[in-house]
Amino acid sequence: MNAPHHDPDYNFAYLDEQTKRMIRRAILKGIAVPGYQVPFASREMPMPYGWGTGGVQVTAACLVPEDRLKVIDQGADDTTNAVSIRRFFQRTAGVAATEKTTEASVIQTRHRIPETPLTEGQILVYQVPIPEPLRFLEPRESETRRMHALADYGLMHVKLYEDIARHGAIATAYAYPVEVEGRYVMDPSPIPKFDNPKLGDNPAIQLFGAGREQRIYALPPYTAVRSLDFEDYPFDPSKADHDCDLCGASGSYLDEVITDDQGSRMFVCSDTDYCETRRDAGHRGRFSPPEVQA
Amino acid sequence: MKDMQPHTPAHAPDGPLLRVEGLSKHYGARIGCADVSFDLWPGEVLGIVGESGSGKSTLLSCLAGHLTPDAGQVIFETRGGPRDTVQMAEPERRLLGRTDWAFVHQNPRDGLRMGVSAGGNVGERLMAVGARNYGAIRETATDWLGRVEIDAARIDDRPRQFSGGMQQRLQIARNLVTGPRLVFMDEPTGGLDVSVQARLLDLLRGLVRDMGLAVIIVTHDLAVARLLAHRLMVMKDGRVIEHGLTDQVLDDPQAAYTQLLVSSVLQV
Ligand SMILES: Nc1ncnc2c1ncn2[C@@H]1O[C@H](COP(=O)(O)OP(=O)(O)OP(=O)(O)O)[C@@H](O)[C@H]1O
Ligand SMILES: [Mg+2]
Repeated sequence: MNAPHHDPDYNFAYLDEQTKRMIRRAILKGIAVPGYQVPFASREMPMPYGWGTGGVQVTAACLVPEDRLKVIDQGADDTTNAVSIRRFFQRTAGVAATEKTTEASVIQTRHRIPETPLTEGQILVYQVPIPEPLRFLEPRESETRRMHALADYGLMHVKLYEDIARHGAIATAYAYPVEVEGRYVMDPSPIPKFDNPKLGDNPAIQLFGAGREQRIYALPPYTAVRSLDFEDYPFDPSKADHDCDLCGASGSYLDEVITDDQGSRMFVCSDTDYCETRRDAGHRGRFSPPEVQA
Repeated sequence: MKDMQPHTPAHAPDGPLLRVEGLSKHYGARIGCADVSFDLWPGEVLGIVGESGSGKSTLLSCLAGHLTPDAGQVIFETRGGPRDTVQMAEPERRLLGRTDWAFVHQNPRDGLRMGVSAGGNVGERLMAVGARNYGAIRETATDWLGRVEIDAARIDDRPRQFSGGMQQRLQIARNLVTGPRLVFMDEPTGGLDVSVQARLLDLLRGLVRDMGLAVIIVTHDLAVARLLAHRLMVMKDGRVIEHGLTDQVLDDPQAAYTQLLVSSVLQV
């Protein structure tokens, strides 16, 4: 499974060259028009749609043999989804894999942006289930396309209005809509809104792939991205009021973990690489186990 | 009886708000409407009457930019001067559609978002033109619900929970909230009970007067036309066959067809 060179039964990174060229054209168009959803002819991949086939196709079209790939699912490198996608590319592309954000040249992600700031030259590929931010209120594709074309985005604020009317605050916590370079409104995929501030002015290239819906969109480096809001209900990325119980980080996105059947809980970084790197550097949290303190 | 007459426009403006020239629309070989021309002045209510299939809705859709006519001009006095809206680029026409123009559909389902609260429905046009203060949007929505006689306590209810008459009043509030100057209405009281219709008509009359709206209203119902319209256009087979002051057209119809139309209604 972990062959150093790619399996000769497959073309490099699984997709044929023709398909990769088609996907690259869509990616380039997406980069040229930040936030615009570019249709592409999504291919069948040897995994179910829910597993990020859009992201996998984008990654396949980006990979070169020298790449070092990191794959995360909800911030973790070791979940089934992340492991199987990583193995898929190790086998079909023979590329090196890493769990370190700083070492990766391509990072495929589901539902998170790494805590460690990205740098120029890195590519972050998002798996997107539903690319259309207006879908919630306008089911007709012809109409949402027209709204994007004409920047007719009143409806997007209606969604936020409804949130406040119903919950007293903008309750949208994931897939929080953003406006890109003052033009297109974009769904950042189901990342927590906590990650929204990292979308803008990011030195890395950010690519979004939706397999089932056959759309690719992009944020080139250093793009202006603004989370939609109201003057009197400004966007709030809502930081947790805990520190990480393992590494003590105070500014990272935390998962709540039940630690025993008495209902004891702890809060730990959802970004496992970030947490480990901090612990390796000697940072400690409230519940740092003794063996880690050694 | 006197106060049942439509009001006359408050002051004589410089020129017409809308000038329509030779407007035609065909559906293949069939005529939708043909060679329609008229002027509409600020604050004026124009009724379009005629039997089913005479081209009323086709004409209204062409005027409002929902259909592209085959020929003709629809010149609207925009804030930047007169413009042929048929030739306008779509973004500009859509902007007009959510600022200076409004369209009230016969079926509230076509004009409302049924999955969105009453407040959200009224607020949408405000947000579409850049309103970004929740409190202010909500306050305006509350005010407008009041103006169309919907209890402010219903602001977070969905239109599904409203009666047909309430839905129609909500649609009117949603359309008028941005202070349009020209409102298109296609049978706004159709499909409602007679008593509900009467209340809606009273409300419309008041709003039209208070806001000085220019209105083009399509209706089957000559009683509605008499109550709301200053002038009437009678259509038959896609053409305007009679055009004049409402009282003149209804009380002294010239065209044989109008005579038939008036008499048949009066017999009902
Ligand atoms: N989409 C369409 N395709 C083809 N023909 C159409 C279409 N819409 C309307 N027509 C035809 O155009 C003519 C005018 O129709 P229109 O709907 O404008 O009449 P109307 O006066 O509004 O009628 P009603 O009072 O029944 O609403 C009719 O002959 C109708 O059959
Ligand atoms: Mg009609």
